[in-house]
Amino acid sequence: MTRRKAQQIVISGIGGQGVLFVTRLLAEAAIAKELPVFTSETHGMAQRGGTVVSHLKIGQFSSPLIRPAEADGLLVLKAENMAQHVGFLKDGGWAVVNETTSADADDRYPTMRIDADALARKIRNPKAVNLILLGFALAPGHGQTDEHGLLFCTYEDVLAALQKVTAGRRQLRKASLTALETGYRR
Amino acid sequence: MSPKSKRVLMMGNEAIAHGLLENGCSVATSYPGTPASEILASVAAVRKKHSLPMHCQWAVNEKVAFEIAYAAAISGLRAAVSMKQVGLNVASDPLMSAAYMGTPGGFVVISADDPGPHSSQTEQDSRMMAVMAKIPVLDPDSPRQAKEMVTRAYTLSETFRVPVMLRPTTRVCHSRQDIVPGSIPTKTAVPDFQKDPTRWAATPKFRFQLHWELENKLAEIAEYKPTEPLRHNPEAPGNRCVIASGVAAAHTAEVLKSLDLWDRFPFYQVLQPFPLHTGFIAHLLQTYTEILVIEETTGIIETQLADRDRVKGKLNRTVPRVGELLPERIETLLAQFAGVDKKKRSLPAAAGRRPTLCAGCPHRASFFAIKKAARRGIFTSDIGCYTLGLNLKAVDTVLCMGASISQAAGFYHAYKGEEKLPNIVATIGDSTFFHAGIPALIDAVNQNVRFVLVILDNSTTAMTGSQPTPATGKGACGEDLVRVPIEDLVKGCGVQRCEVYDPYRLPEFTAALKDALAYCRDKGPAVVIARHPCVIDLARMGALTREVEVQVEDSCDGCGFCLQQFECPALVMDPQSEQVEIDPLVCTGCGVCLKVCPNDAIVAKEPDAGK
Repeated sequence: MTRRKAQQIVISGIGGQGVLFVTRLLAEAAIAKELPVFTSETHGMAQRGGTVVSHLKIGQFSSPLIRPAEADGLLVLKAENMAQHVGFLKDGGWAVVNETTSADADDRYPTMRIDADALARKIRNPKAVNLILLGFALAPGHGQTDEHGLLFCTYEDVLAALQKVTAGRRQLRKASLTALETGYRR
Repeated sequence: MSPKSKRVLMMGNEAIAHGLLENGCSVATSYPGTPASEILASVAAVRKKHSLPMHCQWAVNEKVAFEIAYAAAISGLRAAVSMKQVGLNVASDPLMSAAYMGTPGGFVVISADDPGPHSSQTEQDSRMMAVMAKIPVLDPDSPRQAKEMVTRAYTLSETFRVPVMLRPTTRVCHSRQDIVPGSIPTKTAVPDFQKDPTRWAATPKFRFQLHWELENKLAEIAEYKPTEPLRHNPEAPGNRCVIASGVAAAHTAEVLKSLDLWDRFPFYQVLQPFPLHTGFIAHLLQTYTEILVIEETTGIIETQLADRDRVKGKLNRTVPRVGELLPERIETLLAQFAGVDKKKRSLPAAAGRRPTLCAGCPHRASFFAIKKAARRGIFTSDIGCYTLGLNLKAVDTVLCMGASISQAAGFYHAYKGEEKLPNIVATIGDSTFFHAGIPALIDAVNQNVRFVLVILDNSTTAMTGSQPTPATGKGACGEDLVRVPIEDLVKGCGVQRCEVYDPYRLPEFTAALKDALAYCRDKGPAVVIARHPCVIDLARMGALTREVEVQVEDSCDGCGFCLQQFECPALVMDPQSEQVEIDPLVCTGCGVCLKVCPNDAIVAKEPDAGK
């Protein structure tokens, strides 16, 4: 299976949702695949419930930031952020959005929707929204060709990254695996 | 080249920490502040992992941190101090003198800037402080380069016996990149302080000589090969060039390539913005008719190019003077410079969601009580999570670290001749009180200022990632230290009335504030310590206990009082029913909101309800 060697992804949410953790997992997956990786993250006051956005660039880049209309994909943990960050998408870009309705939809781009909040409640883990959405983004059948999933890496790549990042923290690992799988198998 | 499998994902701040330790840094100090906090945290983590015999610590403030590290450098050891840009304001006093005195051991001053600003009071450019102090400054474009520059900074510092500034910005500090870590020496150097009172305790006469010495050093540093600017595209012809430094250079490189301008304009990256290399200045002025300078956030490189007609930058307003130089802004600049057609691209200027205190945050309870106890009061506050008391209208002023107390005093002195003296309540966090609150409190006692100081003690430095305070008795590596209790300090400052309450007990806490306000009007300053641990820390330790299951009854008339006055993220208005409901994903079950609803519609669930 061949996959992309370069990809620019914006991950958008609010402080406390675990945007940074998703970014970290994908970046670790890139390292394991021996791909160059560059991220940029929001830290500080915004982490207290404010708008948080991460940039993830896989491939040869010198700048850590993605310009508007350059991103291949958008992972949106909070649907209300769509209006603010959809401008990052290039023509033909895609969005994976945590939302129950299509109220915030932008029909210029293929948009995959999942109610990650409801699934998080179902598995009784309020902190799981981020990984449910990531698992869902990694699932097959989002209207792409067989060779290419949405992302530069596979579900298995992210599982391996998760094992690495949660080394020595058994409870976190177990909860994270459940969350990722819940999104993937939805 | 190193094998790819050795690469690890490193945040810029981690990369800087690795750079320090790989270069044998023996003493590293800091005070936390975004975007610099993870530098010392990473030094501590690596020190612990490898049991390194070096000293690393959080200091009580940046000035103290600077002086500790500088003394180690004077002893001939390699040392470093890290802080955010406004922290350097606090440490500017020792910085100016240390520049004159110099250093035998390598001394790196890391001051992280925050163009934007994302999490700071100002967009100030630390390189300007380097110019003022007359020390060289290096400006990294990425985590990888920041790590390499630590090595260069130590060599430069030791070659010229001068403190060297490393100035990363937010986009370097908080980027992650694949980096190959180097080996870390496990032996440290032996201290060897050479007494020299004409230097280390110089009187003005000797300071004059030291100033001469420093100027001579700077002239030589302006010709120092290892920090010379890089010419990235030697093939590009033409008499118009582009100069950039820091992360702006990284954006510029990418944009030049994507606009197909890489082969059209000579592009230079400045590594050492001050002092700018004399040969480079001469080369530019001999070679180019037009020079575009892109740097954050002040025109430091630009002002060293002594030809105003040929230089385009911040001074002639080609380059924006305010805000971050995002790659899309640089794209527009370069397209204009090259005369190519490129549609201006930017995201909508949506405000986004504003930050708010966490669900269950004890500060929320404190602010609610303060508003109730001191209606129409003047509320001075300070730097930390609790600045977000702004949203609750319980914060009127935020100036800088420690100013809540001195501003409260200032308001008192301004109003004391008036017939009606307003209630004045200052709020300050525990770490900020240690940092800069103590001298102000002594002054307030001395001047008998009639105000109440509420020390919001959540037993941590929360906003910057839960660093310990002197009251916790824990060090940067988790080691045991000597505790310095806040109550003892307050009493030691001369305050006669100091009480400790848990703000979760809202009625009791509100009554205590009212008593303190009445007391201060007669007798002088009163202090109330609002003590409850940070919910983030509790959650991390698995110690967050739900006091109650909260629900909203049908008697909620949707008045919105709780949303505006209490603003807990777990309380949300349901647009359909026009009633408030509890978000169970967010609620911590602290139960403080039970005392907030004017209609008593927020209630505790009966234990067996729902079974």
